[in-house]
Amino acid sequence: MSVKAVIMVILYILLAPVMGGLMEGLDRKISARMQGRIGPPLLQPFYDVRKLFNKQVIAIGVFQSSLLLCYMVLMIFTGSIFFAGNDILMCLFVLSTASTFMYFAAVVTGSPYNTIASSRELVQIMTYEPAVLMAGVGFYLVSGSFRVSEIANSGKVMLFRMPGLFAAFVLILLIKMRKSPFDVSTSHHAHQELVMGVKTELGAHNLAIFTITEWYENAFLMGIVGLFAVTSNPLSYLGALVLCALVFFFLILVDNASARVKWDQMLRFIWIATFFLSGVNLLILMLVR
Amino acid sequence: MGKVKKSPWVLHYDGSSCNGCDIEVLACLTPVYDAERFGIINTGDPLQADIFLITGGINTQNKDVVTQLYDQMPRPKVVVAVGTCACTGGIFKDCYNILGGADTTIPVDIYVPGCAARPQAIIDGLVQAIALFQKRSDEHDEYERAHKGEKRNKNGQVS
Repeated sequence: MSVKAVIMVILYILLAPVMGGLMEGLDRKISARMQGRIGPPLLQPFYDVRKLFNKQVIAIGVFQSSLLLCYMVLMIFTGSIFFAGNDILMCLFVLSTASTFMYFAAVVTGSPYNTIASSRELVQIMTYEPAVLMAGVGFYLVSGSFRVSEIANSGKVMLFRMPGLFAAFVLILLIKMRKSPFDVSTSHHAHQELVMGVKTELGAHNLAIFTITEWYENAFLMGIVGLFAVTSNPLSYLGALVLCALVFFFLILVDNASARVKWDQMLRFIWIATFFLSGVNLLILMLVR
Repeated sequence: MGKVKKSPWVLHYDGSSCNGCDIEVLACLTPVYDAERFGIINTGDPLQADIFLITGGINTQNKDVVTQLYDQMPRPKVVVAVGTCACTGGIFKDCYNILGGADTTIPVDIYVPGCAARPQAIIDGLVQAIALFQKRSDEHDEYERAHKGEKRNKNGQVS
């Protein structure tokens, strides 16, 4: 690993929770404004997490905390692989492993809400995985490499070469960031028909760890969005920021403008969209080199 | 000492209320009153709640439910009784199945009277509950620090 990669990993580990927390704060603020409310302070997510560390710990299962820690470590690992400029496929596989540990942490409690929600979580993983992997393959077809550092320095703007793959990736971000209409396993809002979905049996510091891990995840996902705009030109990083902001605003808008769908509707919609958007885009990339 | 008063999460439970107070509680979250500006979240999960907001009186059927919800909430916690029924039993007081106000079952800290309680009164009660929540949290921290590393029973108390 080069010095630059080490610096990037350290920056990710230190700054990703800050970025993720600010993003959530901004999300809640913008959502409130969209609904005609004032909304909580920008730093509200940090206040929430600080409070959660001060609450009495009630452990539901013996393994719950350790499984959640695995989820967190693997998520940090995922982001580190990405920001160190290593293999993007490896990174996506570790991401799936992290999600699986979250599933285990939910299902181990045996609570009926958690059990239903965690089976929905598996359906969610099944739903978004094709679009995520196809995006990885798309990066390879355009840049000739799976390495993030080489994709970022390929000199081509990925967004223009793979608009379909990008659109499909933005759609699955709705699932990954737990936004309506695809927040079937748990919502980032306070209410869900399964109480809190997979978060139901998480209290005190367990919920805090879960929240911080989601911040890491969201920062990493925004990194992938940024990768669609980044080239060897330093100015392109500005473009990546603008792209991330636009995508983030789109996600909030959809979240506020749509109602939750059933899991089978989600699966059908996303797979059909992935098939047409990503599939056709990949086909064109393969035929027109 | 952690500042917890900026993040009070509320668990709302409807005892045997006529739903008047419940509509007013939900009105607190609408654009006009917007309780979320205090960081208040109306959560459905007792494990994540800090303030137990109860409307309506206690009857023989929901007594156990209320007790269980209260027990499932991690310390520090505060209980707010909203509306005359939750305070005293109200108009239903003499019904055969009504035990009385919320304080017949669990310890209530803040009473918000009114039939139905107005959103302004509910928010006022919540603001008082938030101050009490911070006080309880400081006491909780004190207790935890004083008994660090000691053996605990099932409820997290030093046996």
